[in-house]
Amino acid sequence: MIRLVAKRAGIAVVTLWLLVSAVFCLVRFTGDPSTMMEGASDPQYAAALRQRWGLDRPYVVQYGLYLRNLAEGDFGSSFQKGLPVTTLYFQSLPTSLVLGFSAFLISLAVGVPLGIVSALKVNTAWDRVGTAFALTGLSIPNFVVGLVLIILFGVELNWLPVMGAGDGPFDWRHLVLPAFALGWYFSGNMVRVTRSSMLDVLRSDYVRLVRIKGVPEWVVLVKHALVNALIPIVTLAGLNLIIMVNVAVPIEVVFGRPGIGTLLFDGMMNRDFPLVQGVVLMIAIMVLILNLLTDFLYAWLDPRIRVG
Amino acid sequence: MADAVAVDNPPRRRLLPRLTSLPWIPLVFLSLLIVGAVFAPLIAPHRPLDPVAVTAAQCKAAYGQAFDGCYIKDDPPFFIAGSIAKTLLGTDYLGRDIFSRLLYGARISLFVSLVGTTFAGVLGTALGLIAGYMGPIWQQIIMRLTDAWLTLPPLIFAILLSTIRGPGIGNIVIILAVVFWCGYTRLVYAEVLSLRQRDFVLLAEINGVSRFRIMRRHLLPNVLNTVVVYFTLIVGVAIIIESILSFLGVGVPPPEPSWGLMIAQERDGLLEGKWWLVAWPGLAIMILVLSANMLGDWLRVRLDPHFQGP
Amino acid sequence: MAPALLEVTDLHAEFRNRDGGAPLSAVDGVSFDLHQGETLGVVGESGSGKTTIAHSIIRMLPPGGRIAGGSIRFDGVELTTLPARDMRRLRGAEVAMILQDPMASLDPMFTIFDQVAEPARYHRGLRGRALVGEVADLLRQVRIPSPKQRMRDYPHQMSGGQRQRVVGAAALAGRPKLIIADEPTTSLDVTVQRQYLDLLKTLQRETGVALIFITHDLGIVAKVCDRVAVMYAGRMVEQRPVERLFHDPRHPYTQALLRAMPKLGSAEPLFAIPGQAPNLAALPRGCSFQSRCPQAGAPCLAERPPTVALGLRQEVQCHFAEGAPS
Repeated sequence: MIRLVAKRAGIAVVTLWLLVSAVFCLVRFTGDPSTMMEGASDPQYAAALRQRWGLDRPYVVQYGLYLRNLAEGDFGSSFQKGLPVTTLYFQSLPTSLVLGFSAFLISLAVGVPLGIVSALKVNTAWDRVGTAFALTGLSIPNFVVGLVLIILFGVELNWLPVMGAGDGPFDWRHLVLPAFALGWYFSGNMVRVTRSSMLDVLRSDYVRLVRIKGVPEWVVLVKHALVNALIPIVTLAGLNLIIMVNVAVPIEVVFGRPGIGTLLFDGMMNRDFPLVQGVVLMIAIMVLILNLLTDFLYAWLDPRIRVG
Repeated sequence: MADAVAVDNPPRRRLLPRLTSLPWIPLVFLSLLIVGAVFAPLIAPHRPLDPVAVTAAQCKAAYGQAFDGCYIKDDPPFFIAGSIAKTLLGTDYLGRDIFSRLLYGARISLFVSLVGTTFAGVLGTALGLIAGYMGPIWQQIIMRLTDAWLTLPPLIFAILLSTIRGPGIGNIVIILAVVFWCGYTRLVYAEVLSLRQRDFVLLAEINGVSRFRIMRRHLLPNVLNTVVVYFTLIVGVAIIIESILSFLGVGVPPPEPSWGLMIAQERDGLLEGKWWLVAWPGLAIMILVLSANMLGDWLRVRLDPHFQGP
Repeated sequence: MAPALLEVTDLHAEFRNRDGGAPLSAVDGVSFDLHQGETLGVVGESGSGKTTIAHSIIRMLPPGGRIAGGSIRFDGVELTTLPARDMRRLRGAEVAMILQDPMASLDPMFTIFDQVAEPARYHRGLRGRALVGEVADLLRQVRIPSPKQRMRDYPHQMSGGQRQRVVGAAALAGRPKLIIADEPTTSLDVTVQRQYLDLLKTLQRETGVALIFITHDLGIVAKVCDRVAVMYAGRMVEQRPVERLFHDPRHPYTQALLRAMPKLGSAEPLFAIPGQAPNLAALPRGCSFQSRCPQAGAPCLAERPPTVALGLRQEVQCHFAEGAPS
């Protein structure tokens, strides 16, 4: 058990290092960031900028410095805004977190029950409704959903405001539409995983044997089926949450609600190397922590790993 | 004790099922889109990059006077009152025919998604075979890289790459290949790990068949089902990613008629309630992705052994 | 003679055809009965309908399957029309079942205790210490050593043979009158197979339970069964007491099956039944064995073979069978 955890953690560190290095190289392919600043037409000023940002040094030195700073927990400072990347990230986090989490709740509240019903009533009208909902959710880009909602509820019906975050992140009137637009895709996603993992379990021999034993149906479903189907569902839900919080760029653009997605997007457009590297690193760390947590969850839930 | 009964013959799965069980809805939509894309120059009533030509009278009806280079901006479809140019689905902010642009846009979406995911599939399958069969060094290098790649959400990766490569249709193909290979690799790798223990591979090894030949003749054909199933899963995602990139302005560059780009260019008209500007491209994306997904679901049930019901 | 525990009359079961068209008839007019403490072996190839009979009795046909006709009377109760609720109460309590693959038939997430206890908990209302004691007794009965400790184990900590014993214990936990064993030893090692069969016989003697033993292995039938029913393409072509069937098989298919059995010390090459098992979607008119039968004649192509009585509870379905000598 301890060996397993150590091994997983080791792999996670290697993965992180590979990713950081890849992003470090990739952002440097985008071009010279000093040209994105005002007054960059003056070659002297541009050279000064490059020197200030340390871009005049060889790549190897830049890379070494970057890794050393990372090891000390320093993610660097944005070229454009001059602030530490972590500060910028945590400034944007509340807006994104509230939106992402609302969408996450929608995806769970809709996706999981619909998936369970689809699996229980497989090949019936219920199943077809669930599958159709999932398919359409997965087939419409979320910015289109957002725009349609804006036309419908904002422009035509004029029920809800469509732009900005309103009075802070918790203003529900500004939250409903983007949260739904973001959540639909992921609800579809949840329906599929819930349905297929429930089906796998329901068709297994051990659930058949439990039914043959004449155990009440709700015990079959809650005790045996759900427990066994839970792990893939939880894993996907966690990943979805991370994506919804960090990568909601199209929704943030459509609803004029700047968050982490916009921060990252602007960073990429402005060749703001430290910002891009930092935010990507944040996301990667979250995903890796989630993967580790999932491993622990497996180990904790599944007696095959937990015991002997 | 020997089996006292003649060998069991499972009924062979029919390759071409009866026509009634074919998924007609997605097939019809996809064929329409493909025909529209291929024959766009013949079908399209107007050119995709130029404004719809208007008569002096129409120009006068729109702007009160006739002038050279006149075009009707944001004209509604012919069935809505106030339509002047009387085009099928209306015109965009530069007076171009939306229907014609949609047809040409289908070319972009189909080309980019199919070629991009195919490239990703070829790359990912090759790497998966190598990682699974060429020994621990390759395995460690490729699989750690795969892990790292899978850590980043595809959309972030795609945007990052597109800021490097700049907008362009060819670049999107490259981006999709670079973003999506890792999923194939992980699946193929897992499959190869179990295949290499199987008797037919061991037998080939005993007989001194070269490793390359074993990969090509014995492993590749056995992972193809998985590869095709995964292809059907991500081709829809690829279309959506392309539309998002174009919508954000880092995908297909103007004036090309990409569906995502068409929506992005019409956001002002949208807030004035001109719904048709966003509805048609949105609908086009939805129909294409929905058909691809439905066809994929249908194929998956047939190809994926884990998916076969009773 | 006391009334039969289980009486199946003219049972029909069918499956929806996935490619469209008429439903596939998996069980086609099967009749048999079973008395308390008796063991009936059901033999046949895969797809001959033997497992479908078992699923029909417990009313758990896979999706797309249904009982299309006939009657199943168990202990005086008609099962085909029993409400689902009552059927659920009957499963595990009156009728239990053992599945083929012990590695797959236990839930990996729960302890042995949990899974053996379920029937006793839900059908007999046992709780707490009584339940623990009962599970220990059951495990002892199926010869699991140190049951008090082992019941806290998870399935993955046991071998295939032990797991199948646990499944047996779970089957006994509801004190059923009938246990259906669907190829319970097929996935076990040969030595373990023997032990398991001995165990089943011992348990049957101790509890007086009736047993339906589904298998494709005539050797097992000879060892454990009192009577045998031979299935072919959904029909029960012959049912006889074991010794009668082995010494004097009447149906050509049974004869072929016996000839295909290896015999110790025989120099004869093994016999293989020519041809293939018929496709249920395209059964011929008349006798379904016609294409592989050495005796097939004109009536076999035209008409369904009659059921010929060979004595008390002995029948064969063949145009050329002679009636009872009695």
